[in-house]
Amino acid sequence: MTKTPLQFQHNGRDVAIFVDGGTNLLVALRELIGDMTPKFGCGQGGCGTCSVLIDGELHLSCLTLAETVAGRSVETLDGIKDGPNLHPLQRAFADNFAAQCGYCTPGMLMAAKALLDRNPQPSRAEVVEAISGNICRCTGYEPIINAVLAAASGGRARA
Amino acid sequence: MPVTVKTFTSTNEAAAALSSDRSARYLGGGTLVMRALNEGDISISTVVRASDQAMTRIDASGARVVLGAGVTFARILAERDLGFLHAPARSIGGPAVRNMGTVGGNLFAPVPYGDFTVAMLALDAVVSVQGGLGGREIGIEEFLQSRDRQAGTLVLAISFAKPGSTEAFRYRKIARIKPKGGAVITLAAHLPVNGSRIVGARVALGSMAPTPIRARAAERALEGRALDASTINAAAAAAVEGTSPGDNALASAWYRREIVGVHLRRLLSGQE
Repeated sequence: MTKTPLQFQHNGRDVAIFVDGGTNLLVALRELIGDMTPKFGCGQGGCGTCSVLIDGELHLSCLTLAETVAGRSVETLDGIKDGPNLHPLQRAFADNFAAQCGYCTPGMLMAAKALLDRNPQPSRAEVVEAISGNICRCTGYEPIINAVLAAASGGRARA
Repeated sequence: MPVTVKTFTSTNEAAAALSSDRSARYLGGGTLVMRALNEGDISISTVVRASDQAMTRIDASGARVVLGAGVTFARILAERDLGFLHAPARSIGGPAVRNMGTVGGNLFAPVPYGDFTVAMLALDAVVSVQGGLGGREIGIEEFLQSRDRQAGTLVLAISFAKPGSTEAFRYRKIARIKPKGGAVITLAAHLPVNGSRIVGARVALGSMAPTPIRARAAERALEGRALDASTINAAAAAAVEGTSPGDNALASAWYRREIVGVHLRRLLSGQE
């Protein structure tokens, strides 16, 4: 079966790959581009650890047909740090013990970034809603919610 | 296993491709078809897509609402004129699923999903489909009854009359995990009122049968009556009639039968 050429922006960099028909974006990112930050969890849209931003919107890369991102911008956890400097969300996750086994962390961070990009001072309820598609079996969610609130601009998140 | 992806600019061409190949499936938001591919579903060998912008159009300005099949739940939540549909749209998935999932795809979502379709059934929606032989409109009830045979047709849009008031349309999803989770049961009711009497009651239930169904006995208990305590009691007592829920990890069929009347009572009483 012939492969399809695919070009898109990956963390601000133009990439060009060839994909098999039906390849999902997660496989394209991990196996063809080498970005291992989005994780494979359930493959069903239930866990959220494969979450990425497509044109700034939160999507599940395991349920995204790779061909549909042609010409679009895909942002993964690998792209949110600034050189050696962690993103404020990453720093807040570390400071608030929001990562234990770490498997959900890439998806949690992308879901949190999608929230803070459009709502820099979310309420606690808005944070809970924003990460509601992401499953964590370690933390009990409280440290993650606290970390997102701490990272919110100026730490002045609403109650 | 690799599949063939066919993308068309026109819905006619996409419909022709779907109807001519039994192993073809239409890909909208991806939350059903990509999931099937990830699980190794070998019955799908071709994925059909349509880039026609009509598929993502929302017309909510008039008395009749038209939603293109490719409209996502996130877009419904952003539409002020569709405030009555915000509760069903918000009850689906997390933010990522709402950015991807579409109203057309939801028509095919199996139990415990398909909550938005329950709302559409209560609103007596009409489904516009395009088959190999042309387009037609099907009542949503008929569409759902023949859903297994609709895989070869392309859903273009869903349309329905806007409820006359915010009180006239009610929705409730019972889930174990909040704010996101598959449904134990889902309920929606459209209760148009003439004077103080309900005229044209429609009550729809999700996860109480293999597809969303109408609670006809409950509708009969409501029809022509004022929405008072005795009417609500009668409707709640009749809610379970004609249902055939199944067991799954979220709830047993017995539990669903036990609670459907309780939650219909709460829905009709306006309780949280």
